[in-house]
This record gives sequence, C-alpha cells and structure tokens, in this order.
Amino acid sequence: MLIKSIGPIMLGGRALPPRVASLIGLLAPALLAALVAINTFGSGQSLVLDERVLGVAAAGIAIWRRAPILLVVVIAAGVTAGARALL
Amino acid sequence: MAAGAEERGHRDGVRATLPLSIAVLGFGVSFGVLARAAGMGSVAPIVMSGTTFAGSAQFAATSVLSAGGSVATAVVAAVLLNARYAAIGVSVAPYLTGPWWSRFLHAQLLVDESWAISAEGGGRYNPRVLLGAGLTLYAAWVGGTTLGVLFGNVIGDPNRLGLDAAFPALFLGLLVPQLTSTRSKQAAVLGAVIAIALTPIAPPGVPIIAAGAACLLGWRR
Repeated sequence: MLIKSIGPIMLGGRALPPRVASLIGLLAPALLAALVAINTFGSGQSLVLDERVLGVAAAGIAIWRRAPILLVVVIAAGVTAGARALL
Repeated sequence: MAAGAEERGHRDGVRATLPLSIAVLGFGVSFGVLARAAGMGSVAPIVMSGTTFAGSAQFAATSVLSAGGSVATAVVAAVLLNARYAAIGVSVAPYLTGPWWSRFLHAQLLVDESWAISAEGGGRYNPRVLLGAGLTLYAAWVGGTTLGVLFGNVIGDPNRLGLDAAFPALFLGLLVPQLTSTRSKQAAVLGAVIAIALTPIAPPGVPIIAAGAACLLGWRR
C-alpha cells in the first residue's frame, strides 16, 4: 500500500518539472510493451511459446482493424482458447 | 472546467474494464485456490487481495511458497514486482487532486490495467477513469479470490478459456495509442526487449523495473 501512495501523497496536484515529465511520459510505452511481452511469452521465470502468441497476434490484427478494445480482448481469449482446444 | 466530448468519466473506466474484469475474476479464483493449496488458509488470501491488489505480485509470492520457498523470499518477490508502482504512482501523481485520503484511495486502485486505461497520452492520466476502472477490477479481484477460497475445485481452469491471453491483448491495445512519437516507439521496443532478455535470468519483477529504465531515453534532451 505504501509503494503505491508515495507519488500521489507527496505530489498530488502539482506537476513535475518538464524534464522529469518527459521521462515519465516514456514510462507508459516502455512498461506497456514490457507487459505485453512478459504476459505473452513469460511463464514463471522462463520464456514459453504457446497459444497465447496466437491470441495476441489476432489482437494485433483486430487493433489494426480499429476494433474496440472490448472486442480485441474477446478475440484474443477466443483464439487462444480455440487453439488450445484444437492443438 | 467544461466537460467536452473528449473527457472521460467514471463510467468509461468501468466499461473499459468490464471484459477484463471477467478475466480478473477467473484469476482471482485461481489465486484463491492456489493460495489455499499453498497453506495460506481461507482468510489470508482474501486479506492479501484486499490490501495488495496486485495479481502478479500475489501469484509470484504464492508460487514461491508452493515451491517451498521461505516467507522472506516470497515477500521480496512481491515487493520487487510491486516496485514499479512507485514509478507508476509518481507518473499519476500530478493528476490526482483533492484531500490526501482521496489521493491515497486512488493510488491503491492502481494496477497495471487501471493505470494503463486511465492514461490519455502525453503522460496525462484521468483520475475518474482510474476510479471507475480500479474499483471494478478491485471488486472482481477480491470477489474472485473469495470464490476461489470458498469453492476451490468447482471452477475450471481460466487458461482453458484463453483468459491468460486477455491481459497481453489488453496491454497491446493500450500500448498502440501511446506510440505517438519516435521516442515512444523506441522506448516500447527497448522496454519489451529488456523485459524478454531478463526474464530467464532475473528474479520475478526485475524485468519490468528494468524495462522502466528504458524511459531513461527521455533524459537525453
């Protein structure tokens, strides 16, 4: 609980200096990309290639086709589940 | 400040997370089952989900315990995995106004998904979306844990429903709109590469933190 609170409690409402702000602005793409990678290929401490990658690939196509995020997630789950059932 | 057509509110946060909340519910259930099997009893997992509200940290801690690791190791794993929330909390801080207890509450509702959903590009975050998204996910997580603890064997495997692919798909969907500049694309590639490279060799949680180091690209200015 403590870790999550440090920022908002101390800095609430105030902006960070521009240099720090631009740094933080890059946090999102870096962390999101890392989260995509780890959740697609990670399994504990190993890297695994499994049906998730098919789901994520399908999600990529759906995103490219401008599908709403709801549908993207459902497609990913469906493709992965289907692949698991078939393979 | 007039609310324009672009401004998102609580409901958008709730709506955006509804599909994911179902997946989170499933994982909450599996966490509840796993935690009980690891000997955590019935109450402890629910309390943990309620106060920690961080799936990856909780799963990591539980798997350490299941594998026979010590409580100390489990705690270190959980803290490491949660360390990114220090940075995430800082990134959201400028957008959380109001009394300290409100800021505290909003901060507690920060998880990867609610944080990513509340982001609006250019480093800005929407606290109302965070509240809506966070509360929905929180309810699903704690509710799922409770169900898992109580009903253990009845619910099937969330992986069978492909729910584990829902998370990277969501993160991907949230990543794409963030790629607004060359710098952001570079940060993304670097972040993913670092995370992948470190996963087999570093303890759980470190790859994510190191990927955050990719944002140091921003320093060269």
